[in-house]
Amino acid sequence: MKKYNVVTTISYPKKGAMGKTGTWRVFKPILDKAKCVKCLRCWIYCPEGTVTRNKDDTVSIDYDYCKGCGICANVCKVKAITMEREAKKK
Amino acid sequence: MTIMIDTGNYIAAKAAVMARPAVVPAYPITPQTTLVEGIANYVKTGEFKGEYICVESEHSAMCACIGASAAGVRTFTGTSSHGLLLMHEMLHWAALARLPIVMCNINRTVGPGWNIWPDENDSISQRDTGWIQFYCSSNQEIFDTVIQAFKLAENEKVLLPVMINYNAFILSHTSMPVEIPKQKEIDDFLSKYKPRWKLDVDNPITFGNIILPADYEKIRKDMQNSSENAKKLIPEIAKEWKKIFGRYHGDLIEKYRCDGAEYILLAMGAIGAESKVAIDNLRKEGLKVGLARVRTFRPFPKEEILKLGKQADLIVIDRNISVGSEGALFSEVKAALYDKSDAKVYGFIAGLGGKDVPYTDIEKICKKSINGKAKDCEWYNLEGV
Repeated sequence: MKKYNVVTTISYPKKGAMGKTGTWRVFKPILDKAKCVKCLRCWIYCPEGTVTRNKDDTVSIDYDYCKGCGICANVCKVKAITMEREAKKK
Repeated sequence: MTIMIDTGNYIAAKAAVMARPAVVPAYPITPQTTLVEGIANYVKTGEFKGEYICVESEHSAMCACIGASAAGVRTFTGTSSHGLLLMHEMLHWAALARLPIVMCNINRTVGPGWNIWPDENDSISQRDTGWIQFYCSSNQEIFDTVIQAFKLAENEKVLLPVMINYNAFILSHTSMPVEIPKQKEIDDFLSKYKPRWKLDVDNPITFGNIILPADYEKIRKDMQNSSENAKKLIPEIAKEWKKIFGRYHGDLIEKYRCDGAEYILLAMGAIGAESKVAIDNLRKEGLKVGLARVRTFRPFPKEEILKLGKQADLIVIDRNISVGSEGALFSEVKAALYDKSDAKVYGFIAGLGGKDVPYTDIEKICKKSINGKAKDCEWYNLEGV
């Protein structure tokens, strides 16, 4: 990655630059792999890039950074993703 | 080299096109209109090969400049008065983003009441945006400064946008003969633009992200350092220009008959040119008066003004007023002398709203100061108040 030698507000892409944002989640997306038809809508629509596309077009969710917005569950045509409330931390 | 006899605006258009910007976004406003018309005409003749964008406002014009400059190309625009004021937010943005945009601003009165004549309150009120500000006093100086401005702005030690100011109508619509170098000479003087950072799909970055207090302060300090660097570079570029083209308009200030002067007059823009006639006449009368025409208001020529203040008493003419205080140049001249010189400084407000300031009035201003009859900050020749 090319770095610029200028003192201004340039940010370079880096995983987790703002910490583990998954801790912000109230509702957690749970994927039912048996229902998934590999249409990849959740992968396209996830605003945080936390739906990972695997080689066989199945998907997995990166819970370290998923904020639980629920868009993936909303766009899923076969209702393979459900939103479940996070268990209270003890 | 050829001689072109034309108005300040058409000369600025010629200079801008010869600097080969890739993008010129602009919105017309009196008295800048013929500047952008001039560039539009060069699109028709094929002399301007860049992208000319007709935007819907001056705010959009500066946004488009920022977008183009951030994409890594040379960018130019022009505006005036209320147009400049509408850009205000984006002027800060361009400077903080360290984008070397070059812009001409034609100094015009701020309304209401509606008035299209010269007054420097438009650009003076943009003084804290981080832009370098030049004030020109002839069409030749406009041409030379536009070209030099790109070299200055794009230098990695500066990287600040540059605003070239010149008075409405007195320069913008008055024809003068101007020496125009060959395109190749301009190309040799201004090397091809190499951006110091850019938005690039092959090397993705985010610009203008959240920044915490400690880091934000570093950005402001770097702008300040760069402005100090500009103080050194402006004379260097002026010298280089003189060596190649034989023309020189001064560095941060232009000194005129300051040798042995006991009083030095400070003025900017067209009044600065008119003052030379006044100085010649006063010298003929045996009065030891010189002129220091302030070319750059930002960076402010603090050190040079202190040198003048160690030599002579100073007379300042402002074609602007910081309401609630005094003329902006007057304030800053006094600040430059503080605790280091006991020179007397006389301030005059003159020529607001385009009121003519002929050399005869400038002579009277100087004589009033020399005779000790000037008040602290005087509104020269104001009637009915």
